[in-house]
Amino acid sequence: MNLTTVGIIIGMMVVTYIPRALPGLLFGRYQLPKAVERWLQNIPYAALGALIFPGIIRGETPSLGVIGGVTAVLLSLLDLHLVLVMVLTILTVFVASHFL
Amino acid sequence: MAIMSESTPHPPSKEFLLGARAGLPVAIGYLPIAIAFGALAIEAHLSPQEAVLMSALVFAGASQFMAVSMMLAGAGGLQIVIATLFINLRHSVMSMAVHHTVKEPKQSWRALLSFGITDETFALLTLQDAKAPTQANRTRFFAVGLIGIAYAGWVVGTAIGSWGARVIPSAISDSMTIGLYAMFISLLVPHVRRSVRVALIAGVSMALNAVLSLFISPGWAIVLATILGASFGLLLGEAEP
Repeated sequence: MNLTTVGIIIGMMVVTYIPRALPGLLFGRYQLPKAVERWLQNIPYAALGALIFPGIIRGETPSLGVIGGVTAVLLSLLDLHLVLVMVLTILTVFVASHFL
Repeated sequence: MAIMSESTPHPPSKEFLLGARAGLPVAIGYLPIAIAFGALAIEAHLSPQEAVLMSALVFAGASQFMAVSMMLAGAGGLQIVIATLFINLRHSVMSMAVHHTVKEPKQSWRALLSFGITDETFALLTLQDAKAPTQANRTRFFAVGLIGIAYAGWVVGTAIGSWGARVIPSAISDSMTIGLYAMFISLLVPHVRRSVRVALIAGVSMALNAVLSLFISPGWAIVLATILGASFGLLLGEAEP
């Protein structure tokens, strides 16, 4: 292994781990104010929104992202299991990619 | 089944298995992306060992793709490390939410669990499955199982990709990148359906991210959109019971 590369990897590990760990280690044991708790409960919904869009249409073929997104929403509305939604969406996009 | 109280703790091994089962979709989603990462790392003249080491120590997909792309472009080590810091800062916001949900009392365990916080493990750890009738407790062992299987998928996928076995044809692996988005959507939709408040938070956050990413890097846009979207939710009143 190349020493420079290993050094870069260790540097990446340190700067990735610190933001992951610091908030939990600092605030984890305190009882937080109600407003902060409510804010934290909103984080997953806000983060998922931001993680989905516009990233989903940033691939090489944005229209495939749209097709995949609509398929996943429809399948989710049918209350299918998470893994089934994933597999069927992947299949749909795979088939659609042959027509686009 | 009134006897089966939700707060009844399962034995650690059972919690671990429940967590691993919950994390399976992430592992499945990671596998093709990790294979692609391994293949790209080889193109950037990393050895398979180095590619696997990066996945094992960093465990953060977007930043790893960026790092090997920067190596390919001849960037320096310090530039790569600084860019990694900024891309992965978003995990600090997610970390607060994860530790708020898991409520692990021991500092040493929180330090360990923190290593495994990614966009995907965060999503599964903080969003309860709206369809599951009985909820597994988010204990340390549940979290270790969930993170562990995701981590295994990431590291094993990198090994497969970097040791040259292109076991998945590129046409299929391209389609598979939609998989994790499908997972995010499937996690979000049931909550959106039950609550206008949640729908508004997610929608505002999407719109903010779309606008912000025109001006700042995608990593920062996600951080700001998440913080602002969650704050906007405070204006909408109390959460539904």
